[in-house]
Amino acid sequence: MKKVIGILTVVVVFTCILAGCDANENKKKVATDGSTSMEKVIGALGEAFENENSGVTFTYNPTGSGTGITAVAEGRCDIGLSSRNLKDEETAKGLEATILAYDGIAVIVNPSNPVADMDMETIAKIYRGEITNWKDVDGNDGEIVLIGREANSGTRDGFESITDTENACKYRQELPSTGDVITAVANNPNAVGYASVASVKESVKAIAVNGVAPTESTIKDGSYKIQRPFVLVTKQGADLSKTASEFFEFCLSEEAKAIISEAGVVPAN
Amino acid sequence: MKNEAKVIENAVHGVFLILGLITVGAVLLISIYLIISGIPAIKEIGLLDFIFGKKWTPTQAEAKFGILPFILTSIYGTAGAVLIGMPVGFLTAVYLAKIAPPKVKRIVSSAVSLLAGIPSVVYGLVGMLVLVPAIRNIFNVADGASLLAAIIVLSVMVLPSIIKVSLTSLEAVPKEYEEGALALGSTPIETYFKVSVPAAKSGIATAIVLGVGRAIGEAMAVIMVSGNVANMPHIFGSVRFLTTAVSSEMSYVTTGSLHQQALFSIALVLFLFIMLINATLNFFLKKGKER
Repeated sequence: MKKVIGILTVVVVFTCILAGCDANENKKKVATDGSTSMEKVIGALGEAFENENSGVTFTYNPTGSGTGITAVAEGRCDIGLSSRNLKDEETAKGLEATILAYDGIAVIVNPSNPVADMDMETIAKIYRGEITNWKDVDGNDGEIVLIGREANSGTRDGFESITDTENACKYRQELPSTGDVITAVANNPNAVGYASVASVKESVKAIAVNGVAPTESTIKDGSYKIQRPFVLVTKQGADLSKTASEFFEFCLSEEAKAIISEAGVVPAN
Repeated sequence: MKNEAKVIENAVHGVFLILGLITVGAVLLISIYLIISGIPAIKEIGLLDFIFGKKWTPTQAEAKFGILPFILTSIYGTAGAVLIGMPVGFLTAVYLAKIAPPKVKRIVSSAVSLLAGIPSVVYGLVGMLVLVPAIRNIFNVADGASLLAAIIVLSVMVLPSIIKVSLTSLEAVPKEYEEGALALGSTPIETYFKVSVPAAKSGIATAIVLGVGRAIGEAMAVIMVSGNVANMPHIFGSVRFLTTAVSSEMSYVTTGSLHQQALFSIALVLFLFIMLINATLNFFLKKGKER
């Protein structure tokens, strides 16, 4: 008797827990998951979308491009966010990429560093470790300290593929977030790092590349060379919920352009 | 009436059973998951190449998955932190337990508790903004993010566990032991170090093992001060720990790739280290009880 009641209690409790999960099913939700670089732009879009459509809940899970792509492939979110183009093995899984915006990657140095302009080749040489002292690029005498992001980061992937330094960078520090890179560069007069243009703060100096400073207009007209796409990832064949597809269209609408620009990146269409 | 009470009694019993099973279930789930997801990569890479390989280049065309740099960094970092943290923590505990006036003891004890409550990301931030530039200036190196910075941050982080556990065991030494020694003509300091400390030694050993566990499992603070590049450890070099190897690459890795499986294998190695530390801890605790 004692045992039977015990088991019954277990069953009842678990049923309650499971039932609790279903209760939210009918609410209007858009779940996004992915790139931490896209936080600002997708947050602004989500907020605007929520304001326009009452009763809609927008969620964004800042996990990283790779995790976001996996999440949409496994159906754990509606729209995946990636700050790099999909790899072949990912499109092979039936994922579809829609470019939302372009993000410039700024090369940043300490404000006390006199260097203000470098060409792509010089930047690549510095990151490959072929130039190791600032005096070789008209700077002060000091060993160049290379700050970068961890393997597989969207920003690192973007920077290395654009500057043609893939897997050749001689990093002194590999940090797990854009904010950490900016802090590290701001604290070391000989450091150089890279970060998305939208998140560059006054504590560091973004240098011009081939004589072109990273601004919205130079990224848009393509004259600033170090830039990468922000991508909305969806699954082919799997229908988006009504709310999610409305959000998807909203992101590509005329109206969203202003919001995207405001977030510091350049709208794609 | 009596029957009704019995029903309630049994129902409550069932609820407690569930709550107990949640903990056991979580431990089992994590252990089994780690073992299942950690084994395939080790099989593919080869145990020796994995453990003793000196190169970690997961994104290159010819990917290499050697975690010796991480293992050595974790061992050196932890050893360094305990080497600095142990004397400081232990002597603080002796001072607090035996010598300090009650007022000082109260203030220092609450400061130690506060130290234990500071989130590790704050340690990392302070390390990044204060310690790393300081090391760069003092030692005149290009960059201060290094094994040394990580050791210093970790040694502060292990202090609370070392001090608190040592303090408890020192206070538990029966007063008669010390009174006896004093009556035989020992000075107070002689008494503390020749009578009280040996009597509390299993507790002090426990404190050190706890400190080791705290240091080896820390990720957030060291990721911000150690530079995080997979080099073989060097005191002023940029290094990566076992914990940070997993956490820094996990978020961007392609699911199902060998790289991701290898990260699980690193976690498994770390898990084994921590199991070993726990076993040591249990050994000392048991020894303490038998005494």
